[in-house]
Amino acid sequence: MSGVRRDKGGLIDRSKPIRFTFDGRACQGFEADTVASALLAAGVRIFARSFKYHRPRGVWGAWSDDPNAVVDIALDGISFPNCQATTTTLTEGMAVRSINAWPSAQRDVKGVLDLAHRFLPAGFYYKMFMWPDWHLFEPMIRKMAGLGTLGQEVSDGFQSAVLHEHCEVLVIGAGPAGLTAAREAAQTGKSVLLVDDQAELGGSAYRIAGQAGWQAPDWVAEQLAAIRSHGGRILNRTTAIGVYDHQMLSLVTERGLGTAPVLRKVRADQVILATGAIDRPVTFENNDRPGILSLEAGTEYLNRYGVRPGSRIAILSNRPDATPYATQLSEAGALVTVVDAASAGLKALGRASVRGLIAGKDRFDCDTVLASAGLTPLIHLWRHAGGKLAWDEGRQTFVPSEGPDWMRVIGGASGTFALDAALDEATAAAIKAPVPARAPYAIAPLRPDLSSKGRQWIDFQHDVTVKDVALAHRENMVSVEHLKRYTTLGMAGDQGKTSNIAGLSAMAELKGQSIPDVGTTTFRPPFVPVPLEAYRSTRRDRQMQPLKRLALEPEHRALDAAFGEYGGWLRPAWYGTDTEQVAVRRECQTAREAAAIMDGSALGTIEVVGPDARAFVNFVYYNTMSTLKPGKIRYGFMLAESGLVFDDGVMACVDDTRFIISCSSSHADAVMAHLENWRQDSFDPSRVHIHDTTANWSTVTIAGPKAQTILKALGVLEDMADFPHMSLRFGTFAGEEARVARVSFTGDTSYEVSVRNTVVARLWRKALEVGAQHGGGPVGAEALTVLRAEKGYILVGKDTDGETMPHDLGFAAPRARKSAAFVGDRSLHTAKANEETRKQLVGLSVPDGAPKLPIGAHVVAEEGGTRRSLGYVTTSHDSPTLNRPIALALVEAGQQAMGNPVKIWHLGQSHTATIAPACAFDPEGVRIDA
Amino acid sequence: MQQFPCPFCGLRDEREFHFAGEAGKPRPDTTQPISDADWAKYLFYCANAKGASHEVWVHTTCQEYFVMTRDTVTMAVLGTHALHEVPA
Repeated sequence: MSGVRRDKGGLIDRSKPIRFTFDGRACQGFEADTVASALLAAGVRIFARSFKYHRPRGVWGAWSDDPNAVVDIALDGISFPNCQATTTTLTEGMAVRSINAWPSAQRDVKGVLDLAHRFLPAGFYYKMFMWPDWHLFEPMIRKMAGLGTLGQEVSDGFQSAVLHEHCEVLVIGAGPAGLTAAREAAQTGKSVLLVDDQAELGGSAYRIAGQAGWQAPDWVAEQLAAIRSHGGRILNRTTAIGVYDHQMLSLVTERGLGTAPVLRKVRADQVILATGAIDRPVTFENNDRPGILSLEAGTEYLNRYGVRPGSRIAILSNRPDATPYATQLSEAGALVTVVDAASAGLKALGRASVRGLIAGKDRFDCDTVLASAGLTPLIHLWRHAGGKLAWDEGRQTFVPSEGPDWMRVIGGASGTFALDAALDEATAAAIKAPVPARAPYAIAPLRPDLSSKGRQWIDFQHDVTVKDVALAHRENMVSVEHLKRYTTLGMAGDQGKTSNIAGLSAMAELKGQSIPDVGTTTFRPPFVPVPLEAYRSTRRDRQMQPLKRLALEPEHRALDAAFGEYGGWLRPAWYGTDTEQVAVRRECQTAREAAAIMDGSALGTIEVVGPDARAFVNFVYYNTMSTLKPGKIRYGFMLAESGLVFDDGVMACVDDTRFIISCSSSHADAVMAHLENWRQDSFDPSRVHIHDTTANWSTVTIAGPKAQTILKALGVLEDMADFPHMSLRFGTFAGEEARVARVSFTGDTSYEVSVRNTVVARLWRKALEVGAQHGGGPVGAEALTVLRAEKGYILVGKDTDGETMPHDLGFAAPRARKSAAFVGDRSLHTAKANEETRKQLVGLSVPDGAPKLPIGAHVVAEEGGTRRSLGYVTTSHDSPTLNRPIALALVEAGQQAMGNPVKIWHLGQSHTATIAPACAFDPEGVRIDA
Repeated sequence: MQQFPCPFCGLRDEREFHFAGEAGKPRPDTTQPISDADWAKYLFYCANAKGASHEVWVHTTCQEYFVMTRDTVTMAVLGTHALHEVPA
């Protein structure tokens, strides 16, 4: 015999039946049922199999403290793994499956594992890591590990909203104490937010027993009406999952299976915790048998869901207030026996379901045991907030002691279990009055019987027994934190809500200490399992990292550009409908034979202005910038203070008080922050200013043998005479200012023409039109990376790593000669910086006919049968210009190894190459002025 | 989630701020000889105080660097002032 649905009572709506299945079997519940209450009413005893030993497990709790009833649920074609049956609202059409069980929880083939428990003791993995070999067991363990089964379906639109809220008083928990506190606070005129994780508010109000004249539904309705009438807000189905720094709490509002929860971040001036208390399991032999529920859960199912958990019920408790519960259950038609939980030699009878209880010499036949070893306050949020705990000998549990002045704990959560006293506490908390005195409360201490031969379960969800704790103790894992990790006690989805005190109690008994001397582990958010989506919410995809878009994007689209993301920018990778390989080859040829027309707008453009601008740029650049004349441009590196290359690029001097820095397109924000740091730290910030103008300008780059002809035809500059490489001129285009920088990233004559975004489309079209007359055409980002690699021009972060200094790249002069201070200067003269074995930038050439080298392949030295890495390939392309593969690499003392053959090793394959200059094309640089 | 008072913009969410190092570590004059040990001390060593810690932070939305004193145990903000301002 098992659970029975009564004809009356509870908050369910019997006029609204809900159909669902459990392990394929058709079942029926009612509106306002949870999956667990409906299953219990349907007579289900075994809800799931345990994680490690596949022991049959029934439901223990009636809400979030339940460790056992974890189920997979499919709804509308989407499966949701590891749902807590006790907190999941029953919905029409749910297909519920028990976890860890095949073919069903009732008949589980792996149940035989239970007989093999002596081979899976605590610390099994740790021992196997040492000896004989973890890998012998890994496949089996991996297959067994985990709880539910993750579905393959994608749940579209499963997206959490995030709301930010504020209130003066946040009350968490809408049981009698919480409702009273919220009402009292609202009546003082404060803005009150009351939250509760259940759909129907009232908390423990419905199972309060032996209180004369107590009509729970009416009383709850009165309090809610009073709170609302004073402007208080109420959120149901909302769990406070954590308290974070500076008085911020996270609230998660559940919206039913299949809909992502809403996350609320609330800052409250005052927080009142009325989170209640839960029963601790009694630790005795076979205390995990289905049909053994907590005392509070048994009465909760009766009063909230109209389900009597059994017909012959044994109440096994040390609580002084157990009698009224027995009365409630008797009145509901059960035969009830009260058994003292302090009895010696306790043992549960039955396998698939409890059939009786042995206490010493007495035997009690029963189909259900309602157990409690006392109440444990839910003080998780108090601990998140930094509140301390004190051991309460009378209550045999930890209760809140000192803590933050903005948080008060009331009612069951503070260990005040009597109704009247809890309501007094609530009123006092609402008006910030002193905590009223409460009557003493004492229960008999319960310790596990270490002499028992049978298995006594402590952590139901992770299958930890008293013997596992004893093993941990024997192997000196006696600190609570070691105990937890060695046995995995409290590490399951329920995070030890029910097992914590039982585990501490077992360890205390083993060590001959008191529980407070053993200590307790850290409580961390979230209080209940939360879908990862609630943490991701709006921090997703492009909302997390918006793409930077080019003003010329429509022009590129009109040319059938293939787009790619380059350092956050959406840029044309290549043009036309050809494959990448064909298009890149064609574009490289266009660039080398005629002219590349490119969108250079993504390049970071930062202006430095002010009377101290020159001193500033000289300080932030490795290269000497103090001598740069107006109208001239210089290439240089910015270093971090550690001497490492931070960024590279050209800088133009407009006049003594204005400089224009070009930095890597993906790096502009970081360079800006770097420059601001030094400006404000080491300069008079009123005499030098920095402005990121990247978004204000667009740049059309014309590069190639025909570049000069094309630029002339654009009419931007009136006079092209005396415009050498590395200089800057100002002109006009379409009546607007145009800036022309003669710099090159391809090795050919090249001009960057920058204009306002408003006229750039006209400039782009005209450049293409004129360019086409000379054989030029649009060139995308992919071909540009090939063109620059042919010249050995680096990309910082790709061809440099976390050790690269400028002299490793062949730029040693400022290190030797620059006398003024600059960022990173001293770091270039350490022993490390002077090492002869530093990795240096080189080129690699491969034998005729060999394919290009893989990026990331290691250059290796083979010494005595072992391989040692000398460096690795950073860039590798098939060069259309040279008709052979080219590569750049960082290689130990590479500059001294020019022309030497080297071995390359990649994923088990050997290649050969020759160290070559980084610049593979036009090493004399004649094309720059061609 | 912490809230920091930018001396220029007022109380803002911690996501708008970046840590920029401990305060009170002036850059040595690198035109003069500096021992490896002194340079390493400047580069790498932090007091990492338990309790009141003086730190430089930047409010990324206004780009101003400032000094903040925080209690590293309680996370309480004890005060902020502009970078070159000497607090009263």
